[in-house]
Amino acid sequence: MMDIVIIGAGAVGCAAAMELSKYKLSVCVVDKESDVCEGTTKANSAIAHAGFDAEPGTLKAKLNVRGSEMMEGLSQKLQFAFIRNEAMVLCFDKDTSGLEVLKQRGEKNGVKGLSIISGDEARALEPNLTDEVQAALLAKTSAIVCPFEMTLAFAENALENGVQFRLSAEVTGIDKTDKGFIVKTSRGEIEAKAVINAAGVYADKIHSMVSGTPLKITPRKGEYMLMDKETVPTVSRTIFQLPTKMGKGILVSPTVHGNLIAGPTAVDIDDKENTATTSEGLNEVRAKGSLSVKNVPWGKVITSFTGLRAVGDSGDFIIEESDVPCFFDAAGIESPGLTSAPAIGEYLAELVGKRIPLEKKADYKDTREGIVHFAMLSNKQRDELIKKDPAYGKIVCRCCTVTEGEILDAINRPLGATTLDGVKRRTGAGMGRCQAGFCSPTTMELIAKKLGIKTEQVLKKGIYESEVR
Amino acid sequence: MKNEYGIIIIGGGPAGMAAAIGAKEAGEDDILILERDSVLGGILNQCIHNGFGLHTFNEELTGPEYAERFADKVRELGIPFELDTMVLDVSPMEDGRKAVSLISAKRGAVTLTAKAVILAMGCRERPRGALNIPGSRPQGVYTAGTAQKLINLEGAHVGKEVVILGSGDIGLIMARRMTLEGAHVAAVAELMPYSSGLKRNIVQCLDDYGIPLLLSHTVVDIKGKDKLEGVYIAEVDEKRTPIPGSEVYYPCDTLLLSCGLIPENELTVGAGVEIDPRTNGAYVSESLETNVEGVFSCGNVLHVHDLVDFVSEESKRAGANAARYVKQGRKAGGSTVNVSAGNGVRYTVPSKINTNALEELNHIRFRVTGVYTNVSIVITSGDKEILRRKSRILVPSEMLDIILKRDKLADITDDLKVYIEEVES
Repeated sequence: MMDIVIIGAGAVGCAAAMELSKYKLSVCVVDKESDVCEGTTKANSAIAHAGFDAEPGTLKAKLNVRGSEMMEGLSQKLQFAFIRNEAMVLCFDKDTSGLEVLKQRGEKNGVKGLSIISGDEARALEPNLTDEVQAALLAKTSAIVCPFEMTLAFAENALENGVQFRLSAEVTGIDKTDKGFIVKTSRGEIEAKAVINAAGVYADKIHSMVSGTPLKITPRKGEYMLMDKETVPTVSRTIFQLPTKMGKGILVSPTVHGNLIAGPTAVDIDDKENTATTSEGLNEVRAKGSLSVKNVPWGKVITSFTGLRAVGDSGDFIIEESDVPCFFDAAGIESPGLTSAPAIGEYLAELVGKRIPLEKKADYKDTREGIVHFAMLSNKQRDELIKKDPAYGKIVCRCCTVTEGEILDAINRPLGATTLDGVKRRTGAGMGRCQAGFCSPTTMELIAKKLGIKTEQVLKKGIYESEVR
Repeated sequence: MKNEYGIIIIGGGPAGMAAAIGAKEAGEDDILILERDSVLGGILNQCIHNGFGLHTFNEELTGPEYAERFADKVRELGIPFELDTMVLDVSPMEDGRKAVSLISAKRGAVTLTAKAVILAMGCRERPRGALNIPGSRPQGVYTAGTAQKLINLEGAHVGKEVVILGSGDIGLIMARRMTLEGAHVAAVAELMPYSSGLKRNIVQCLDDYGIPLLLSHTVVDIKGKDKLEGVYIAEVDEKRTPIPGSEVYYPCDTLLLSCGLIPENELTVGAGVEIDPRTNGAYVSESLETNVEGVFSCGNVLHVHDLVDFVSEESKRAGANAARYVKQGRKAGGSTVNVSAGNGVRYTVPSKINTNALEELNHIRFRVTGVYTNVSIVITSGDKEILRRKSRILVPSEMLDIILKRDKLADITDDLKVYIEEVES
């Protein structure tokens, strides 16, 4: 009998696992995919929002600001990429009262470092802003983060502190028993005293396995385009648009990897698996992105993708104990969910603590050693590393300068990658301008060797027929 | 280990090897080839089909055989090369030498210096992302070259039911290769109204196997979550916009992309070399030298070739010129004229000529912008006509190579213009 089963290994599920691993509890994370970070967490804007968007008093507001505060410290202790690059919200209207509303809202939420600047001041900071920009809200605490690395860091830290992971295990049903719950999965049953539902776009389905109260999650599709790495960044801040009658607008932002991202669109759909891009969506990204920023290198798009936001009915996050005692929902975690994730983890632990006594572990380890990012090292550090392990002297991914040493680490470490996408999320191999054209055969070979399968059997993503983890 | 060289050549594929041989034969002994792969030969190693070397050796070789001839020569001449070595940066130093920073298991992370650098990094394939094809992102979508490597070098099985987008030469070759591997190739779709591959490849790789080539067609949607299930192909109008209602669904487990090659010029840009947006390669002079003195460029990193024989010839010249540069420096004096692309000509290599640096035979290479029949290729310098050559058919897939004798160019002072003159029929 476990204390807690967490359903969903995205940012929220892994943050909750990490938080709960501080206590003397037995925790198991289950996910239907073969890796952590396979749902909404892997396809979003990768922004750590300052917190001026949400209505004061909401969970979104509270957890966003708290999450934003926590993230920098976590990024250092757990070694994931995080850059406080600031943000601007652009106003294209002479009437700039919309910015004032945002600023006041942000201040009420406790966001520091907000100011309104003129169009010219904005252009002085970001020369590629269009002439149509009349004014902007400058947010000093806004940041960009690597969502993959962050989630993996949470998961690996949780694992190191005793949390179990059962991946490739789809939850097919949950029985309420006298002692707690039996969570039935495609890879066996798990008994637990409490369940946390962090199932993203499927949170409604999981909820309804236990509860009779209504909960509806609508997948909201967001399409993005990612541009090649830039020697001179088009913009260095995250550029938002003030929401208008025309809709919420498209952001243009650098990523922690040095690329430029533009998106997302916002279309509500029914299919929870529909992450296809459309020509209409990509056209919209180009058209609206160009309103904010000129000289966006649209000709240097290296990939486009779609993420699904898990939108609830209430407009706020739904993080609460459901009508069934000890069954906790963390549902409707749309934007700013990524930023809020660590704070949601804390909040869930508080909720759980009301049912199951929380006792701190003496030996909790609050750090995690990440995978080396060879490209980010100085030449001296590189030289030392190669001398220690020649596998770091062999570049596999030319576009992003990823070495064999990093890929082997990604494959061999606990909770390691078993697919090409898994290696990509952990190391960046295949993320560059050739989109894995050159490195995938080598990466496939390395994975095949580790798994004891043929090269051609290596998956880009998904679940192996024979269990490999 | 030595850290200072006369010439460092980046890339040990056909271009790099020929450049090294050219430099050595021109009298430069202090050469080093740096190759990122674990063997010499570059992409030729995965091109196991024949058809290489007709111009150079007067016989039809496979890719690996062609590469081996050059690798043998490199070894015979005693030219040093280092494998599994990735160059991360090239930059000009204050004293005119070039700093070449590299990573290898053998050397670690070090910076070498050279009096001259020859850029011979080749090209890469345009990936799916750059084509902006909508749809899902399942397994089973490969660039043709990646599939070629998996099949020919890794011995992997790639797929059974195949659609190919783009009729570049690698795509055509792979249509045949997949067929020989037991797969069924349903169609090759080409966005343009003409193929970007060589005629002989269309005949030998498609026609001989009954594989349809759908000109003015493209893939408009990709289906399948984890694994590819099929693609929609639509016809396009003159503006290359898909025609609504013309979509046809092709169930398939493999989509190969052969939609163009992009010279790999990230190092080049980093070295301060100016790039020609038409070729995505460096602007070079008659000596194949870039705007950065002592930095030369040749082969597919300069402009994408269709025949490796042309790569070898060009690169040998680059090597010889680099050797001459190391000994004598840049040739001064004379007049420098620009070479511009006129009607029907997409680009020219070189983009400028110094009359003092002319060779006995001088090459001007270019591609045409569309299919032309019964036209003349004309080269002028101001009012003076340097060359007029009738041609029955010109196609964009075939690089044209005009060779001009020194005396034709020795006295020119006005810019050269290369253009296609259409004749009323």
